[in-house]
Amino acid sequence: MIVSVENLTHRYGSRTALSQVSFAVCEGEIFGLLGPNGGGKSTLFRILATMMEPSAGAVRVAGFDLERQPAEVRKRIGVVFQSQSLDRKLTVEENLRAQGHLYGLAGAALARRIDRVTRRLGLADRRRDLVETLSGGLRRRVEIAKGLLHDPPVLLMDEPSTGLDPAARRELWQYIRELRDSQGITVLLTTHMLDEADRCDRLLLLHEGRTVAEGSPAELKARVGGDVVMLEVGDLEVMRERLEARLGVRATAVNGALRVEIGNGHRFITEVVEAFPGAIQSVALHKPTLEDVFLDETGALIG
Amino acid sequence: MRPAASVPFWLPAVTLWQRELIRFWREKARVLGIVGSPLLFWLLIGSGYGNLGFFFPGALVLTVMFSAVFSTMSLIEDRREGFLLSMLASPAPRSSMVLGKILGSTTLAGLQGLIFLCFLPMTGRRPSGPQALAAIGVIFLIAFAFTTLGFLLAWRMESSQGFHAVINLFLVPLWLISGALFPMAGAHGWVRWLMRLNPVTYAVAALRRALDPQAGGGTPGMAASLTVVAVCAILLFSAASAVAGRKGTRSLA
Repeated sequence: MIVSVENLTHRYGSRTALSQVSFAVCEGEIFGLLGPNGGGKSTLFRILATMMEPSAGAVRVAGFDLERQPAEVRKRIGVVFQSQSLDRKLTVEENLRAQGHLYGLAGAALARRIDRVTRRLGLADRRRDLVETLSGGLRRRVEIAKGLLHDPPVLLMDEPSTGLDPAARRELWQYIRELRDSQGITVLLTTHMLDEADRCDRLLLLHEGRTVAEGSPAELKARVGGDVVMLEVGDLEVMRERLEARLGVRATAVNGALRVEIGNGHRFITEVVEAFPGAIQSVALHKPTLEDVFLDETGALIG
Repeated sequence: MRPAASVPFWLPAVTLWQRELIRFWREKARVLGIVGSPLLFWLLIGSGYGNLGFFFPGALVLTVMFSAVFSTMSLIEDRREGFLLSMLASPAPRSSMVLGKILGSTTLAGLQGLIFLCFLPMTGRRPSGPQALAAIGVIFLIAFAFTTLGFLLAWRMESSQGFHAVINLFLVPLWLISGALFPMAGAHGWVRWLMRLNPVTYAVAALRRALDPQAGGGTPGMAASLTVVAVCAILLFSAASAVAGRKGTRSLA
């Protein structure tokens, strides 16, 4: 286990942001922390990035205790913050050089790493550009280059897709996979986006500072089982009661529609449309998503 | 794949010092300000007033003080722009990062002091070589002490407005009773005591003595002045390193 978190608890004054969270990340895994904003992800990220100490609990990264040996942990993690962390008045190369110096790299060794990381991230022809002249997508790449410069075995990323358009997002995920495949790097990221979470090997779902569920996206979805049917109807409450009375089906009101989890979706749709002619404005069927998993466990939505 | 070497102390300090200078150089308005403000001062004051000799050290200290303390506002900017985050996430020793930041601002404030010093002949005095060297040393020491003070003030501050308030409420009065405007010998009872307790008095005195070893008016001696300023600088730097290195359950940035 390259990262292990045990009974992590964090309080801001009287507010508990994290409560008894435990999980472990294997080497070479892309591990996602999924949850709505305010669910505890950012607090967890700040603790893992050694930006603050937890109120209670233990974290080990690459064999080092985060609280007792923060400097050792820092050498072994690359941190990509959600907010920008570049010096805009410096060029890409100057930013990377300063970063290298902060990590004890210098001279020819540093020059080689800057070469490699800028080539890998497609920044080779941008090295002499001032950061303030770069687009958001390119800046994000420089941030990642900065995080990877010292060859950390673990890369931490806070909401990596924030501010990226779909194309840049796809590209980013290609890099992340490549890194994992070619170097065995472990990636630990936070996200509140379902498509991003779907791309992780394993997920920890967080809600109000607590662990909701843990597993691969497929495993988590299998827990819901069957199909999910969404019904748009006139009066939610009336229809909910009628569904239960006539078809023995439990429905919940979500986002102005009725949501039904059912083993055999298409048969249920025929049944429900015939049973309540004219009462249903629209019907949609989908395989369970991570949103459904979250909804089942917490009664709340992620997005 | 397994980086293990420790970060040498000087490397982060040098890189952060360089960064301050590069940033300064790329903002031409700041370059203009640092050269222009002493120039303007002497154009306006120097041509209209006869006896500037007495005020020279105090005016120079004021210039360095403002320049040093205000340039540490870059720390507030670093925090806002996020650069501080990546500094703090790195394994570099905190004291080394603090030193680099402070030396950057010290260099700039010291340079401004040097430019100001070039106008000394306008007061009718030409310093000897050793006097000029001593003055340069004193200027950089004072710049370092004020920069460190500025760093401590700026560390937890979110905005530059609070910063301005502190300077006006705290630093300007200290300067007013530092012997910059009137000699200690001419001050009455409790004011004289305040002057004696005021560290800025010793900064002004050290510079006055460096330029004029025979300075009168109750100016504290050179050895005592240098000791007070150096001790203040060391204490302030220790405090800045301690504050920046403090661990806590509150996020650092």
